[in-house]
Amino acid sequence: MDLKGKNIFITGGSRGIGAAIVKKCAELGARVAFTYSSAEAQAQAVLSSLPGTGHMTLKMNVTNKEEVDSGSAKVIEAFGDIHGVVNNAGITKDQLLLRMKDEDFDAVLKANLYGTFYVSKAFAKNLLKTRNASVVNISSVIGSAGNAGQSNYAASKAGLEGFTRSLALELGSRNIRINAVAPGYIKSDMTEALSEDQLKYFSEKIPLGRAGEPAEVAQTVAFLLSDASSYITGQTLHVNGGLYLN
Amino acid sequence: MELQGEHMAVQAKVKDIIVDQLGVDPEKVKLESKFIEDLGADSLDIVELVMAMEEEFDIEIPDEDAEKLKTVNDVQSYLVSKGKA
Repeated sequence: MDLKGKNIFITGGSRGIGAAIVKKCAELGARVAFTYSSAEAQAQAVLSSLPGTGHMTLKMNVTNKEEVDSGSAKVIEAFGDIHGVVNNAGITKDQLLLRMKDEDFDAVLKANLYGTFYVSKAFAKNLLKTRNASVVNISSVIGSAGNAGQSNYAASKAGLEGFTRSLALELGSRNIRINAVAPGYIKSDMTEALSEDQLKYFSEKIPLGRAGEPAEVAQTVAFLLSDASSYITGQTLHVNGGLYLN
Repeated sequence: MELQGEHMAVQAKVKDIIVDQLGVDPEKVKLESKFIEDLGADSLDIVELVMAMEEEFDIEIPDEDAEKLKTVNDVQSYLVSKGKA
């Protein structure tokens, strides 16, 4: 499996799972453009650690349509055809429904769902032209299983998976594949924000008996971006150590 | 006379784009041909056709205009109305 000759765009690539995806894609021979929202120093560090040449990083707030449109235009100008897009940028704002503010619900939907819509649309014309492209949307086990205190996050990820299936139906005839990857409990800044109780609950529930590594998600994403998955579209691949089975 | 020639050139370009995008026999592309009914286009084909016209003629075709372009003649008349032919 390799990604040689492929130009890949990844949102939220400065840390966590996103950074692992950026690294994996570059290791497999892709030319990578990735975004960050605030962690510029981390993004630059990731960029300089990548093997290969021609990679780039850019600041992009995926909730801002104008910023998405201008940033994607820059990437297309620099790279030409885009063969892969990874919608990874996402946030959490956990709270029980009774205490959840409208802003918290909006912010999570905006980043996780609208952001994916804006980015996918910005690249859609370019992807159509290639006649061989793959989009991977990073979902979460929470989109399927639900989680107390994460109704906003669960709604955004379940929505993302429906979006994924619909795009797969729309663009399949042009050999554009759209899939989702749903990580379970993976070591990252995001899961560090979970409470002790939540962590204990997850650890006990995982048949493989451990948290996952960002690299384990990244290799699944790379598989879906590669021609090794050429007959897979509209699916959600769960990478969760057995935490949730369906 | 020169305008006439230009007009013909645009017609030929439009036809080329349609043949290329829809993969149809050039003989089948007539002014009155309907993209969906006569030329076998699906909704995504229409979107791609509009994209190709935009690129070729350097114009932006808004969705509300694109929806009205149902035949080859619709496209040519539209381009004429935009001063492209």
